[in-house]
Amino acid sequence: MNILIKNGHVIDPANKVDEKLDVLVTDGKVAKLGKPGSISADGAQVIDASGKLVVPGLIDMHVHLREPGFEYKETIATGTAAAKAGGFTSVCCMPNTNPVNDSRSVTEFILSQAKNASARVFPIGAISKGSKGEELTEMAELHAAGCFAVSDDGKPVMSAAIMRRAMEYSKIFDLLVISHCEDSSLSDKGVMNEGVVSTELGLRGIPRSAEDVMTGRDISLAELTGCRLHIAHVSTAGSVRIIRDAKSRGVKVTAETCPHYFSLTEEAVRGYNTMAKMNPPLRIADDVAAIKQGLKDGTIDVIATDHAPHAQDEKSGEFDYAPFGVVGLETALGLTLKLVDEGALSLSEAVRKLTNNPASILKIGKGTLTIGSDADITIVDSNIEWTVDASQFKSKSRNTPFNGWKLRGRAVQTIVGGRL
Amino acid sequence: MALSSKDLLGIKGMAADEIKLILDTAATFRDVSERDIKKVPTLRGKTVINLFYEASTRTRTSFELAGKRLSADVINISTSTSSVVKGETLLDTARNIEAMKCNIIIVRHSCSGAPEFLSTRLKSSVINAGDGFHEHPTQALLDMFTIREKLGKLEGLTVAIVGDIAHSRVARSNIYGLTAMGAKVRVCGPPTMVPPGLDAMGAKVYYDMDKAVEGADVVMMLRLQLERQAAGLFPGVREYARLYGLNKARLERSGKNVVVMHPGPMNRGVEIASEVADHSSVILDQVTNGVAVRMAVMFLLSGGNKTEA
Repeated sequence: MNILIKNGHVIDPANKVDEKLDVLVTDGKVAKLGKPGSISADGAQVIDASGKLVVPGLIDMHVHLREPGFEYKETIATGTAAAKAGGFTSVCCMPNTNPVNDSRSVTEFILSQAKNASARVFPIGAISKGSKGEELTEMAELHAAGCFAVSDDGKPVMSAAIMRRAMEYSKIFDLLVISHCEDSSLSDKGVMNEGVVSTELGLRGIPRSAEDVMTGRDISLAELTGCRLHIAHVSTAGSVRIIRDAKSRGVKVTAETCPHYFSLTEEAVRGYNTMAKMNPPLRIADDVAAIKQGLKDGTIDVIATDHAPHAQDEKSGEFDYAPFGVVGLETALGLTLKLVDEGALSLSEAVRKLTNNPASILKIGKGTLTIGSDADITIVDSNIEWTVDASQFKSKSRNTPFNGWKLRGRAVQTIVGGRL
Repeated sequence: MALSSKDLLGIKGMAADEIKLILDTAATFRDVSERDIKKVPTLRGKTVINLFYEASTRTRTSFELAGKRLSADVINISTSTSSVVKGETLLDTARNIEAMKCNIIIVRHSCSGAPEFLSTRLKSSVINAGDGFHEHPTQALLDMFTIREKLGKLEGLTVAIVGDIAHSRVARSNIYGLTAMGAKVRVCGPPTMVPPGLDAMGAKVYYDMDKAVEGADVVMMLRLQLERQAAGLFPGVREYARLYGLNKARLERSGKNVVVMHPGPMNRGVEIASEVADHSSVILDQVTNGVAVRMAVMFLLSGGNKTEA
């Protein structure tokens, strides 16, 4: 099927495109870009994108699809349906499933489940067997099965020695190492940011240092090993500063943050709101400002969601016992565009952090509208005003702190490989 | 006047006149416990559930006696005998209890916020009998009642709270209550046990106990959980007692006839010397007053007002 997307405002940061163009898709590939009205394609399905943005399909390099093992929270089918609804054509799923994605068979299972999914799935393999931080996984097998990156996300690799060896070993396959930066001896039994609010609520705090010392450690190890390191879910001003310094010295480090870290502070936890419980925790206004600055000056390369579905009964009860995590696939674009509206980030930079940047870091050859590339395209109405209604999510879970928020802009059409 | 909420979850946000109402009401109930027949018919036909997810002797007994002296039917549920061990959720347990038609559920829980969570989902009045490190409102009320009884007022007094502030719900509730009533609050402990943000709550932080106690009208000692040593919060009991224990010499150095309090249970010889606890404290008055304060709270939450008491 051929598709002609007419009159849209095309933003393709990798190719420095930022103008009104028509886009022709044939046989699942981007075939042609041209001035409005310049492309004629008999029999093509025409999509009128007047007044809308046409961007490379969004890529979320940090999601939890929960399959295998936790299908009551999310499945590859429901998670990718949520991705598609949110404008994402590709997602990278973290390995903390049950069993952990630490072997070829689990990776192959995920990919086979993803064959008919609504979005492309790129599995991330574990760094250590069972993500226990003790022995390295067989990265050759994981790589051969289709993993582009390794991570023990959800848990830190507490042994610096194991992390060092993982970074060295990953170089054989040029695998990206994604670090969940948390010193668990400092975070201990903490359930929210350590500060004024944790003191008032009587909840155990997680100091910002728990993140920062690990960011520092892993950057030092990346320098030692020459490994490509990616810092997941940056939430603190300290980590932004450490990453900025490392980049200025030429260390091969990249970083992501999540919409909740630039949209909310620890104040959202008041009332023991389990929907605002995630790891790392929501921080304070200074951190939010630093995250925005880091996005603006390029210290933070990527906006990812850390989409972490949990069932309603798990999130309803004692705050201490509720699992960490929030869903994000269906709100990320709206929250990012809010950042653009505030002037914290240009539109093309925002698009870059949701498309070309994660694709380049992962080396998955996506995130552009280059002629001949897979036709993964998202059409965005950046003017449409809508209210987040978790009950309407395609995700199996509804654990969002943004329910009821009024946002402007959302994906109106998500095209994956030329399929509407 | 009456209380503005159906629940008592914490002292934070309570107005001075509400606190005063409870203390004044407690004063009238204080006499009931001194009578030969320690019972009034005030809550006859009402059902009170003590739902305790954490071990307690003093507080549970105090609530139970308070309910019984008001003629309510009081049922005690504690974790060892409850469905919790079968994996039932907090809310399911509470809803099942409520389905048997009760009026007041008194909750103690090791998780901060558990009583607040229940209060928004139940029709019954919820009384927080201590949640995690968050609040222990009836303890602060009985402490304020006792101070007022001994010193005649709260306004203008200086109260030093000494010990493990970070893990103390008693400290938090007292900071809120005492500052609302116009007292000055000092908190003192090793920096490992003093959490951030106390100044924002209205308390002044000290690491030196002699300075904290100097010129204070009241010294409130907190229980040291000995297992905090393993977490690295203090190096040992001996040094802790030397730095943050209340003994006779330190008490005399404070320069005043200080009211010494402790919420119990005490570690004798650690945070408080026996000679101080036994001869210079109001600790047992606190326990006596606890029953009266809890009677007042249950009465007021059941729709009573002071003139009826």
